[in-house]
Order: sequence, then structure tokens, then C-alpha cells
Amino acid sequence: MDLSRFNLITIATPLVLGAGVLLVMLVDLLSGRANRRPAQLAALAVVLAAAAVCLATWNTGGVSFFGQVSGDGFASFFNLIFLAVAFLVILAGPAYLERNAIHFGEYYSLVLVSVMGMAFMAAGTNLLVIFLGLETMSLALYVLAGFNPARQSSNEASLKYLLLGSFATGFLVFGIALVYGQIGSTDLARFSAYLAGAGDPFAGYMGAGVALLLIGLTFKMAVVPFHFWSPDVYDGAPTVVSAFMSAAPKAAAFAAALRIFYAPAESLGLPWERILWILAALTMTVGNLSALNQASIKRMLAYSSVAHAGYLLLGILAGNELGAAGILFYLASYVFMNVGAFTVAWMVNRRGEGRYDLGDFAQLGFRRPLLAAMMSVFMLGLIGIPPLAGFFGKLYVFTAAVQAGYVWLVVIAVLNSAVSVFYYLRVMVIMYMRENEALKDVDRIPATFAAVAACALMVILLGLIPGSVLDVARAAVASMP
Amino acid sequence: MIISLNHYLVLAALLFSIGVAGVLTRRNAIIIFASIELMMNAVNLAFVAFARHWGDVGGQIFVFFIIAVAAAEVAVGLAIIVVLFRHRETVNIDKVNLLKW
Repeated sequence: MDLSRFNLITIATPLVLGAGVLLVMLVDLLSGRANRRPAQLAALAVVLAAAAVCLATWNTGGVSFFGQVSGDGFASFFNLIFLAVAFLVILAGPAYLERNAIHFGEYYSLVLVSVMGMAFMAAGTNLLVIFLGLETMSLALYVLAGFNPARQSSNEASLKYLLLGSFATGFLVFGIALVYGQIGSTDLARFSAYLAGAGDPFAGYMGAGVALLLIGLTFKMAVVPFHFWSPDVYDGAPTVVSAFMSAAPKAAAFAAALRIFYAPAESLGLPWERILWILAALTMTVGNLSALNQASIKRMLAYSSVAHAGYLLLGILAGNELGAAGILFYLASYVFMNVGAFTVAWMVNRRGEGRYDLGDFAQLGFRRPLLAAMMSVFMLGLIGIPPLAGFFGKLYVFTAAVQAGYVWLVVIAVLNSAVSVFYYLRVMVIMYMRENEALKDVDRIPATFAAVAACALMVILLGLIPGSVLDVARAAVASMP
Repeated sequence: MIISLNHYLVLAALLFSIGVAGVLTRRNAIIIFASIELMMNAVNLAFVAFARHWGDVGGQIFVFFIIAVAAAEVAVGLAIIVVLFRHRETVNIDKVNLLKW
């Protein structure tokens, strides 16, 4: 047997994570029910080890396992994003879990399993691997969404996520089956070669196959009209889990979409461009307009993440190198803003899990100036105010779309960004201007505070050196087979 | 009569549509879940038919993975539905309405 066909370097990061899941479960078992600290530390160590492996094997893998996975820079870049999110939610999580009396060791192993699935989604060069990665990620997320079994809304969130998620998976696999029927393979290289040579992207089963594939993927991205689950799930799920769910799986879904559609973007043809155009315009408009009058910060952030999926679609639609690299940069900054904002949201929540009112933020600017300043960084970053990272993400993606000729769509996107200023700034207005409603003080939790500070630093840092990060992203996109 | 690829595909499409209709119209969480399983099995049928058509085992291997994933989904899904039942003594999803936009 030729072992060089099984180059383990290509899947080194998910392998470390898979082994780490077992380790964390074992540590949790041995350390007993009363003490979850060892499991948390083990999980942090696993994430750091995986990140070290990811950096050490950056863009050295190449295609292996009979063309199933590719350990290229693209996979490495996304792995680093997923691991950063995992590190932050594992670092910040215990305080929240303790507060709600749901500090189970499974939290850590489920987060790691989910990240392992995402790593396979980003590395897969075969629809089979992408499908399996997506399912590994989703199954862990269904459980995480219902991680608070005593609360009905958490249970409801996981039920909705499960039913709608597996419904969408049904469409995704049917799409894969039809693509397989047309080209006789689930290999992505064959897929793009077929589209490049076929001339008609709707020949035979291909049109229906691509349509169903798109439905499955856009569901995971929470693109309108497949976004209905996301506000309910983000709202009902435990907030540490919402922070994780709104950031990493969205990045993973875009990684998979780029893997599938970036190479054959040119040959997909006008009808698909039109459909994506409409989806992008609808997604940002519906997301932003729905976010306007949300009283709950969690629902507001959920709709804002729908809107951001719309902006990100511009990069897919542009189909050029800057568009793809822009998506990578955008996601790298977006995950920190979202994890940070959700974490601050549960830190300041004083009304219990059921109510996440924007009024919680009243006077935060005076009660906890540093925390309020960091929340402002996240809000301004999500608006896209220079020189924060969010601005450059939007700049690159919008520029790519203009280069590809979608001027009107960019006009819609910019108008949408202007609308979004209203609800992001409202949080800041409440923090600095609203009268105190005699709220109890916010707990001082060093680890969680450190996680939020790390998010804020990354948002600022990525805004200071956007060019060099974009170069890394460009190299990552260029390294795709 | 010779049973061709198209016969299998029509059957798969029919089963898939029955599954979709079941998800959209039924209100019992367990029936909805069974409908989703029906969709998955329709896909399996299509995969096997295509694999035969192409003379390629790739499609059949894919079916094994779909079966495994569907089993895992059932394990997680039924657990969630059991928790739902403990909370509300019903699995009717119209009664599951705490979260609304």
C-alpha cells in the first residue's frame, strides 16, 4: 500500500482536535463532577496545540486521501479562525455556565467536536468530506443549543435548529446526489472541470443539483429566505453558545461555499448570478430592517449576523480573487466582533436568562468604562467605521463586487450599512446617555474580561494591519487546488 | 418491462417530495423527524441508482455515510424530543412557541 496517498499532514489540525476531544472527556471523567476546571484547562491546551500544529503545517499539505482533502493555506487560515473562536468561548464560558448551573464538562468536548467538523468543511475537496464535516459540526451544535435542559427556550431552540437543520441537510444531500448523477463523481475538481467544459450549467440534473446544494449551504449561512431559524436559535440557546454559533459555523459555511463555488464561479452562468444577486440584496435588507426594532440584544445581534451574511455573499458573487480573500478577511474580523458582543451581552445581563433587554446597557459607560469602550469597538466595527477591522472587511468585499461589475448591489449594500448604523449606535447611546435604572453592578470576571479584551484587541489590530492580513488571505485563496 | 435509471429517480423524487410534504404539513415532532428520514432514504435510493448507472462505487459509499449520519441525527434528535416532552407533555410543535420574531 502506498502510504504517501494518506498524507496525515493534510488533516493534522482536525486530527489533534479529534484526539483532544477524547482527552477532554477523559480528564472530565477523572476529575469528578464537582470540578470542571481540569476539563476547561485541557480543552484550552488542546486548542492551543491544534493552533500550533495548524501554524506549523501552514500550506504544506497538498491534496491527499485520493483527492478528498487538501491541507492548503485556505484550510489553515480557516482553521485558525475556528480555533480562535473556540479558545475565546472556552475561556469565557465557565462563568456563564456556573451562573446558570449548567457547568458540564461536555460543553468543552462538544465545542471541540464542532470545530473538528468545521476543519473538515474547510479542508474538504470532495462533497462527501464537506457533507460529513457539516454534519459533525451541526450535530454538536444541536446539542449545544439545548445545553440548558432546565430552560424551555433552550430546548425549543435546539428542537428548531435540529428539525430545520436536518431538513436543510436533506436538500443538501439530494443536491449532491444529483450532481453525482450528472458527472459521476463527488470530487470538486471534476465538478468545476465539468462546469468549465459543459457550456450549459443547467444540463441534465446539474441545475437542480446546484440549486439544492445552494439551499443547503445558504441555510447554514442564515441567508434570506432560509434565515428564520437563526434569531430563534440564537435567542433561545445559552448565550455563550450563541456567541460560538453566530461566529464559527457561519465562517465554516462560507469556507465550504468557497471550496465548491470559487473555482467554477466563471462558468456558473447568468441565471445563478441573478439568483445570488437577489439573495444577497434580500439578505442584507431583511436582516437590517428586522434588527431595527429588536428590544433584545441577542435577537438584534442575530439579525445583524443575517445582514452580514448578505454582505459576505457579495464576495462569493464577485467570484474574483479579491472577493474570496475579502471574505476570509471579513470573517476573521467578524468572528471577533460577534463573540465579543455576545459575551458582553451576557456579562451585563442582570434580569436572568429569559430577558436580554437593551436597557441592561444603561449607564454601562460610567459603571464599567472599559467594558463599555470595548462594546463600542464591537459596535463600531460591525458598522464598519474606519480604522477598525470591520471597515476593511467591507471595503475589500465591496471593492471586489464593484470590480466584477455589481455596482448597484454595492449601492444597496452601502445603503444597508447606513441603516445598520441606527441599531448599532443605539447600544452606544444607551450605554453613555440613558439614565441608570438602578441596576446591580456587573460581575468582575477576569477570564471572561480577558476574552472580551482579546476580541477588542483583534478588531483594532486587524484594522491596523489590514494589508498584511489580506496578503495572507490572498495567498490562502491562491493555494486552493 | 425494463426498470431503467429514470424509474428509480422518479421513485426517489416522489419519496423525497412525500418527505418534504410531511415536514411542512405535520405537527408532531416525531412524524416530522420520520419525514426527514424519508428524505434521506430517497437520497440513498438516488445515489445507489446513479452508482449503478455510472458503474462507480463512490455513490454506494456515500450511502453508507448518509445512513451513519442519519442514525446519529436520530440519536441526538430523539433525545431533544424527549426533553421537550418532559417540559410540556406534548410533542406538538405548534405548542412550542416561546421564541417568536
